[in-house]
Amino acid sequence: MAGSTGGGETIMATREIAAHEIHAHAAPQGFLRKWVFSLDHKVIGLQYYFLALTAVFVGMFLSLLMRIHLIWPNVSLPLVGEIKPETYLSLLTMHGTIMVFFVLTTAPQGGFGNYFLPIQIGAADMAFPVLNMLSFWVTFIGYIVMLSAFFVVGGAPLHGWTGYPPLSALPSAGPGEGPGADLWVISIALFCVGALMSALNFITTTLDMRARGMSMMRMPLTCWAWFITAILGLLAFGVLFSAGILLLLDRNAGTSFFVPLVVVNGQIAAHKGGSPLLWQHLFWFFGHPEVYIAILPAMGLCSQLVSVFSRKPIFGYKAMVYAMLSIGLLGFMVWGHHMFMSGMSPYSAFAFSIMTMAIGVPSAIKTFNWLGTLWGGRIRFYSPMLFAIGFVSLFVSGGISGPFLAQPTLDIPLHDTYFVTGHFHLIMGVASIFGIFAATYYWFPKMFGRMMSENLARWHFWFTFVGTYAIFMPMHYLGMAGHPRRYSQGTELAFLHPLLPLQKFITYVAFVTIGAQFIFLFNLFWSMKYGEKASDNPWEATTLEWTTATPPPHDNFGGHTPAVYNGPYEYSVPGAPRDYVMQTDPATVAAH
Amino acid sequence: MASYTPTVSIDDPRTATGGNGVLPPGWGGDGDNFGLFDTRLRRARLGLVVGLTGIAMIFISFTSAYVIRQGLPTLDPRTNTLLHDWFPVPLPRLLLINTGVLLISSVTMELARRQAARKRALAQFVSVAGASVNAKEEISWLALTVVLGLSFLAGQWMAWRELAASGFYVASSPSSSFVYLLTGMHGVHLFGGVVALLTAGVTSLLRRSADSQLIAVDVTGWYWHFMAVLWVYILCLLEFVH
Repeated sequence: MAGSTGGGETIMATREIAAHEIHAHAAPQGFLRKWVFSLDHKVIGLQYYFLALTAVFVGMFLSLLMRIHLIWPNVSLPLVGEIKPETYLSLLTMHGTIMVFFVLTTAPQGGFGNYFLPIQIGAADMAFPVLNMLSFWVTFIGYIVMLSAFFVVGGAPLHGWTGYPPLSALPSAGPGEGPGADLWVISIALFCVGALMSALNFITTTLDMRARGMSMMRMPLTCWAWFITAILGLLAFGVLFSAGILLLLDRNAGTSFFVPLVVVNGQIAAHKGGSPLLWQHLFWFFGHPEVYIAILPAMGLCSQLVSVFSRKPIFGYKAMVYAMLSIGLLGFMVWGHHMFMSGMSPYSAFAFSIMTMAIGVPSAIKTFNWLGTLWGGRIRFYSPMLFAIGFVSLFVSGGISGPFLAQPTLDIPLHDTYFVTGHFHLIMGVASIFGIFAATYYWFPKMFGRMMSENLARWHFWFTFVGTYAIFMPMHYLGMAGHPRRYSQGTELAFLHPLLPLQKFITYVAFVTIGAQFIFLFNLFWSMKYGEKASDNPWEATTLEWTTATPPPHDNFGGHTPAVYNGPYEYSVPGAPRDYVMQTDPATVAAH
Repeated sequence: MASYTPTVSIDDPRTATGGNGVLPPGWGGDGDNFGLFDTRLRRARLGLVVGLTGIAMIFISFTSAYVIRQGLPTLDPRTNTLLHDWFPVPLPRLLLINTGVLLISSVTMELARRQAARKRALAQFVSVAGASVNAKEEISWLALTVVLGLSFLAGQWMAWRELAASGFYVASSPSSSFVYLLTGMHGVHLFGGVVALLTAGVTSLLRRSADSQLIAVDVTGWYWHFMAVLWVYILCLLEFVH
């Protein structure tokens, strides 16, 4: 035994040297190299996170302006003044774009994925650190370009986050469709480039940099989620990039990829023969996987947290992995359900409808497994767990209206109403945001070495949980009552008058819920400085990030590479001295 | 590391994903018995394959747009009837010569890749004091590839000029838009390859390790071959798919 141990140590030593050399960049000293142009995945993760944090407050501010305008149409608002119908459309466009790209895609994957994927698989960094830095900075420039659209002649674009031509392709189509729309397309193209580079890094890192013993089926479900999300990103963002290039050419080079013969302000535009439907196909081929790009990381994280805080192994690990894989695969076959309104062959609509409803199966498997994990667990209701359970709740509530909308006969009357707004905000927007909150509360001790205030976190949770339901559930009723979405005001329309009290209620709740986010913001920054000191493993979790120092050193594991002996969810193992077994513990329990 | 002895006998340990202190068979990244160089090379090649998948998606999207646009009718405002407006652009003969240049550059690229591998193998002996291993290599295939790559790009530019001279601009007709789009996007990607080769060349001047240079040349080599295949694909698409 002793001999074999000695041999093992030698091998370990060799590996440490190798790992150290592969981790080519030494810890940087200067401020610029350490915090700005950093190659360290942890710093890049934080950069992504704080980018998303600023973006989410901009996005929320825009939504608040919209909510105010909907119930008090004549009120002049700060920064924007009087809101004309086109201003409202600009707010809507920028709210959607900023939230979808720079928050929901950026924080869960770019932020937490960057920070924790290498640590959780036992690597010293991402596979290509320079590329990683570039992906962040390209994304950052994309964000600046997007915001600059507010400040050019004509203002921000009007075409919605989906950018349908001909509106998005003709500079003469509206006040925001001049330079503002160009900046919008450029920003999206930049974002695609950043996302593609990032996906490349995630996939290579996951496949090639796992520590000894970390087989694919021993990865935490968070890593699986980031990995699958990266594959979706790799396949989807290239398509959006192509569509963006074609749109730029239509706008600036006079081509007609997307623009048919069209009359603008009484004049025939100099385009003919293009197909707006082509844009919709390309856009939604990206757009539907994008929904999963936003929510898969939250699913992975939720699986992780439900297991950690129930002190039970995740129910059906393999089923979880296969469910995520099949959600990812099916996600590429359902884009047509966004286009039932655009007109399509009933046979195509039927196929898209069936495929869409099929996604209900893996989604139900996941929900069942989360409940199965909670069942009989010794649940610790810490704030990350509250948000994880909140996520499950929102996922179910938002998901249940999916099969409604998947049917063309129901989608056609509901599609352009608030029903869809309520549906996707619950499932794609708020559910993913709950994932981000859960991740923040869960990993904050590891990232900053201190605990966040649990009291404030609970206040934040209940305000946000009740608030988001109170905002988005009534939208389903608004939709069923026929309230169209994207209308800048309903106060002048007699048939919408009975719905005005509900709109007012939503706006009031939005005020409170957005206000509650400042509790989170305060907690975040206050705890960085004054929070209680965190131990290395405050949640008694098993995965590799909790085996290293807090915050982790530059090369993550302080000069050695961990070896992995166990699966990620070894809780309540009979016979173990504690109720959890770290992934790095070489157990002596014999396998049966 | 913590270890423990079970105090009760266990019939069915509640483990999530197996494990139980056993290292699984199969590879797991760093854990394999690869040397440093092999690991870096494998990683870079894997990254390249993933990256090429992304690039392939871009051109797949263009292809689907190309095929769909051909079948679409367009409205003629004068007669108010639907017309078929797809007329293929007569491609300049020059494109065939360019194709030849690019294919030859792919061969020189392959020679450069093998040359770099040989250099690295020899470099291990050069480091021995006093040893000199025929430092003067015959031809710099790398430089030749760069020249051929730039010639290809210049040739594409001339083909564009020729198209413009015969009246086909970007916006002239749907098929001319696609000719410019596909050749342009391919050109941009190939230019990226040229920049990568130049960087690899500079790396050798800066006396970085032979390892790094070989990895750069190797990965760019595969990228270059992909670009050659992609170009042949684009040419066939433009010429034959109508």
